[in-house]
Amino acid sequence: MNIYVLLKKTFDTEEKINISDGQIEDDGAEYIINPYDEYAVEEAITQRDTHGGEVTVVTIGDGESEKQLRTALAMGADKAVLINTEDDLEEGDQYTTVKILKAFFEERDVDLILAGNVAIDEASGQVGPRLADSLGISYVTTITSLNIDGDNVHIEKDVEGDVEVLETSLPVLVTCQQGLNEPRYPSLPGIMKAKKKPLEELEMDDLDLDEDDVEAKTKTVDVFLPPEKEAGRMLEGEVENQVEELVSLLKKEDKVL
Amino acid sequence: MRDKLLIIGENKDASLRNVTFEAIAAAKKINESSEIVGVILGDEDLTNQAQEMIYYGADRVVTVKHDNLKSYTSEGYGQALMAVINEESPAGIVMGHTAIGKDLTPKLANKLETGLVSDAVQIEADGDKVEFIRPIYSGKAFEKKIITDGLTFVTIRPNNIPALERDETRTGDITEKDIDVTDIRTTIKDVIRKASEGVDLSEANVIVAGGRGVKSEEGFKPLYELADALGGAVGASRGACDAQYCDYSLQIGQTGKVVTPDLYIAVGISGAIQHLAGMSNSKVIVAINKDAESNIFNVADYGIVGDLFEIIPKLTEEIKKVNQ
Repeated sequence: MNIYVLLKKTFDTEEKINISDGQIEDDGAEYIINPYDEYAVEEAITQRDTHGGEVTVVTIGDGESEKQLRTALAMGADKAVLINTEDDLEEGDQYTTVKILKAFFEERDVDLILAGNVAIDEASGQVGPRLADSLGISYVTTITSLNIDGDNVHIEKDVEGDVEVLETSLPVLVTCQQGLNEPRYPSLPGIMKAKKKPLEELEMDDLDLDEDDVEAKTKTVDVFLPPEKEAGRMLEGEVENQVEELVSLLKKEDKVL
Repeated sequence: MRDKLLIIGENKDASLRNVTFEAIAAAKKINESSEIVGVILGDEDLTNQAQEMIYYGADRVVTVKHDNLKSYTSEGYGQALMAVINEESPAGIVMGHTAIGKDLTPKLANKLETGLVSDAVQIEADGDKVEFIRPIYSGKAFEKKIITDGLTFVTIRPNNIPALERDETRTGDITEKDIDVTDIRTTIKDVIRKASEGVDLSEANVIVAGGRGVKSEEGFKPLYELADALGGAVGASRGACDAQYCDYSLQIGQTGKVVTPDLYIAVGISGAIQHLAGMSNSKVIVAINKDAESNIFNVADYGIVGDLFEIIPKLTEEIKKVNQ
């Protein structure tokens, strides 16, 4: 089975966000594999171990993205592809990303593509469904269970807390949600092996694309932090009094009850 | 010619979700003089829902009824909506940023070769210039986005753009459009209801969220009782989900749901940066925790230090009392 994982690097979830000149400061920030993409990597490896085949991890990024790809290889993926747009692309959006991925996938045989439900930075959640539509294959988002039997695919999907059970067929693209699996940590032998696994680097030229072909349809014109919260008020006294005071404040002052 | 904006309505249990009406208000913000055209899909008579959209500000509504539109599938809804979009050729499309909205709109945007601003919480328009504000990094920051080419396509986060007042004197045309919906590769076999009864986290005005301090699945019971008294939903921190006190679908935070209710009551939650990212833009935050040093108190409007198992039942009682 030809299994592909779409991977994005994101800021570590511990990172505080600072802004200068209307942009997010990324100097010295720690990057990780987008947490939802970790579920995708884990699921890809599990499916390969059950059905055979090969897991290829694909990212669009810069030279630094190699680190996250190596982590995925250390987890157990077989191959990695970095589409390096550092020199070719100033700004892009989901339209851009999908144009590039479409060009990448057009020449390939695909059975299963896995991606994260959203990336925790821009959180658009658009890339998976857009790509599936571009490739003319089915997709199911926010999956929490995946069983493949021949060409039939049984999926459980999280729909705002409810579980939808559905069936579709290969090839399919899925986006992964919490509860799907427990991503493994790369083992030491895994890390050693990952160094020797193939990591292919492509540029937009290699995909017969230039900047105009992928020009974004949206633009970020400003980035800002939410207003700082003023220090709150600690209630004091007997529990009964605190509770009464709280309810009264919420009702009369904040008018939220 | 007058511009046209299309609102994709969303049915839940045979009535429209509130975010549909918020989407109409959002469209009015994008361009007040546009014609607002609602679309609703389903397998039963949709006249009542269409009428509601008109009461909430739509100028006319197109309905599509087909057996294959009983439940949402991206293929079924995609086909029906593309037929409507092609016929209407709107200048923009607005939909709720819900499970269906998130699943469907990227597909439509791809077919239309257009951009899509998802999860907008605010719209600022000045003539032709329309700016959308949306949270990034789970609300640790915000970005202002514009559409540079093509349709104005946007999904809006529930509970952030108030719906217009319902006005039963409003009238408008309702047309049923006949579209064949075929060739659906994905079929829905079953839906298992697990979400807290009635109130969905993303649309809840009040959320009572529990953390590790709640200590067990049993410990969540008083939180459900409080949420019931408030007409709200229950959420959780990652810690509580990891400890299996509750389902992951309740998780609020950077890896989880991002919520902006009017009132957020954090119970036994210490306030890790990842959790704060998912809830700190709530209008009013109450924190209840044993540990006075907990980080959650730094973002709370009101804090109570103490034993949640003593405080929560009393709070539930007091709320019932004042609401009587």
